[in-house]
Amino acid sequence: MSPSATLLLELGGIIFALAVLARFAERLGISPIPLYLLGGLAFGDGGIFPLITSQDFVDTGAQLGVVLLLFMLGLEYTGDELVRALRTGARAGVVDLIANFTPGYLIGLLIGFGPAGSLFLGGVTYISSSGVVAKLLSDLGWTGNRETPIVLSILVFEDLAMAVILPILGALALGGSLAGTAGSVIAALTLVALTISVAARHGHRLSRAAFSGSDEVNLLTVLGVTLIVAGVAEQIHISAAVGAFLVGIGVSGEPANQVRVLLAPLRDLFAGVFFVFFGLSIDPSTFPDVAGWAIVLALLTGATKAATGWWAVSRANVSTRGRRRAAATLIARGEFSIVIAGLGLTAGVGAELGPIAAAYVLLMATSGPILARLAGRRPVA
Amino acid sequence: MSQIEEIQLPGVGVRFDFITEDGQRVGVVHHRGGRREVFICPPEDPDTALVTMELTDDDAHTLAEVLGVSPVIEAMSQVQQVEGLAMDWLPIHPTSPYAAKTIGDGRIRTRTGVSVVAVIRDTSHFPSPGPEFVFESGDVVVVVGTTDGIEAVKSILTDG
Repeated sequence: MSPSATLLLELGGIIFALAVLARFAERLGISPIPLYLLGGLAFGDGGIFPLITSQDFVDTGAQLGVVLLLFMLGLEYTGDELVRALRTGARAGVVDLIANFTPGYLIGLLIGFGPAGSLFLGGVTYISSSGVVAKLLSDLGWTGNRETPIVLSILVFEDLAMAVILPILGALALGGSLAGTAGSVIAALTLVALTISVAARHGHRLSRAAFSGSDEVNLLTVLGVTLIVAGVAEQIHISAAVGAFLVGIGVSGEPANQVRVLLAPLRDLFAGVFFVFFGLSIDPSTFPDVAGWAIVLALLTGATKAATGWWAVSRANVSTRGRRRAAATLIARGEFSIVIAGLGLTAGVGAELGPIAAAYVLLMATSGPILARLAGRRPVA
Repeated sequence: MSQIEEIQLPGVGVRFDFITEDGQRVGVVHHRGGRREVFICPPEDPDTALVTMELTDDDAHTLAEVLGVSPVIEAMSQVQQVEGLAMDWLPIHPTSPYAAKTIGDGRIRTRTGVSVVAVIRDTSHFPSPGPEFVFESGDVVVVVGTTDGIEAVKSILTDG
C-alpha cells in the first residue's frame, strides 16, 4: 500500500473508532474519555492495531488537543466570574484544594515520585472534570437545583487554581535549573494575574474589536492567536497549556459565546486524539503493577471530593438529598487530570505516572456519573 | 410581586427563581446561548428541580405572551450580558423611610451610581420612572448597577 493510503486509512480508523466509542459512552451515560484512553491502548505497541505511519500526525494532534482543551477551559468562565469566585467561593475552594491535592501528593511520595514529581499526582487527583460535571448537570436536569451554584463555584475556583498550578507544573516540566524554574513560575503567575485583571475590566471591549468578521475569519483569528501564544509560552518555558489558557481567559462577552460554538467541534476532535495519544504512550503490561495504587487513590480521593461537596453545600442549608447529589457530581475526574499527567511525563516523573493516571481517570470518569445518577434517584415512596 | 432571587451560574448562565404563593419553588435558567429552561420544585423538596422544560427564544416569547406578563425582565436579561453590571429587585417595606417619598428624594443615582429602571406595583409596572416618581409601601424597585452600588441602595431603602 502507498504511504498516503496507509496514512488516510489509519487516521480514518482512529477517528471512526473514536466515533464508535463516543456513541457507546453516550448509550451508557458515561464520559467517553475512559473509552478513548482504552482505545489508545489498543492502537499502541503490543496493541491489537498498532499504528505505522500516522504517529507524527497523532503527536501533533495531541499537542493541539491540549492547547484547545486549555483554551476552552479559560473561555468557560469570564474574568468577572473568576473574580467573583475568588471573592465568594474562596473558602470552599481552598478546602477542596487541600482535601484533594494532598492525598495524591502523599501517595506520590510513597510511590517514589519525589517532592517535585508528586506535585503532578496531586494535580491529577485535585481537579474535577468540569466537562463531565457540566454534562451531568444538564443531562440530569439539575441546573435548577439549589446545590448547583455551589457546585459550579467550586469548579470555577478549580479553574482559577489551575491558573496557579499549571505554570508551576509547566515550569517544572520544561525548566532546567532551580533559578530558571522559579523565574518562569514568577513570570507565568504575573502574566496570569495581569490577564485576569485586564480581562475582568476590558476583556469584552478587546474581544469585540478582535472578533468582528465572519465565522471563518473569527475561527482563523482565534486559532492563530492561540497557537502563537501557546508556542511563545512554550519557548519561554511557561508551557503551551498556560499560554492557551490565558488567551481563553482574555476572550469574553458575546465573542466568547461565538468562539465556544466555533471551536467546540475542533476541541472534541483533537482532545479525542490527545486521549488516544496518552493511551498510546502506555504499555498495557504495566497496568497490573499500578492497579493497587490507582484503586487506593480512587477510593481515597473519591471520598475526599465527595466530603468536600457535601460540606460546601451543607453550609448553604441544602437538604440531605441535595448534599448527596453535590457530593457525587464532583467525583468525576477527566480531561485535566490527563493533561497534568501528560505534563508530568514530559517532566520525566517516574514512568508509573502514566498508567496510574490513566487507570485512575478510567475509574473516576466512569464511576462519577454512575454515582451521580444513583444519588439523584428519588426514594421509593 | 414575589421576591425574585437571581443567581449566577458560572459557565451556564443566570438563574431566576421565586416561591409561588402556594409554596412551590419555580424558576428559569437563562443559558448563555439564549436557551431557557423552566423548572418546578415539588413543595416537599424545594432543593430539587422535578419538572424541567426547555424553551427556545421563540417558545419563551410565546409563553410570556400567553401568560400576559411584563416585558421588563426580558430587557433586564439583556443588561445582564454586560459584565460587571448586576440587577436586583428591592422591595419597599412599610417601615422604609422612602415609602411615600420620591426617587429624587433618595438621590440614589448621585449617591450610588445605580439606576432605577422600573418599579413594579401589584400587577402593573412603571418602566424608567422619573425623579418625581413616588414610591409606595409594597413596591418592588428594579435597579441596575454595580454589585456594591446595589448593596448601598438596599441599605438606603431600608435605613435611609
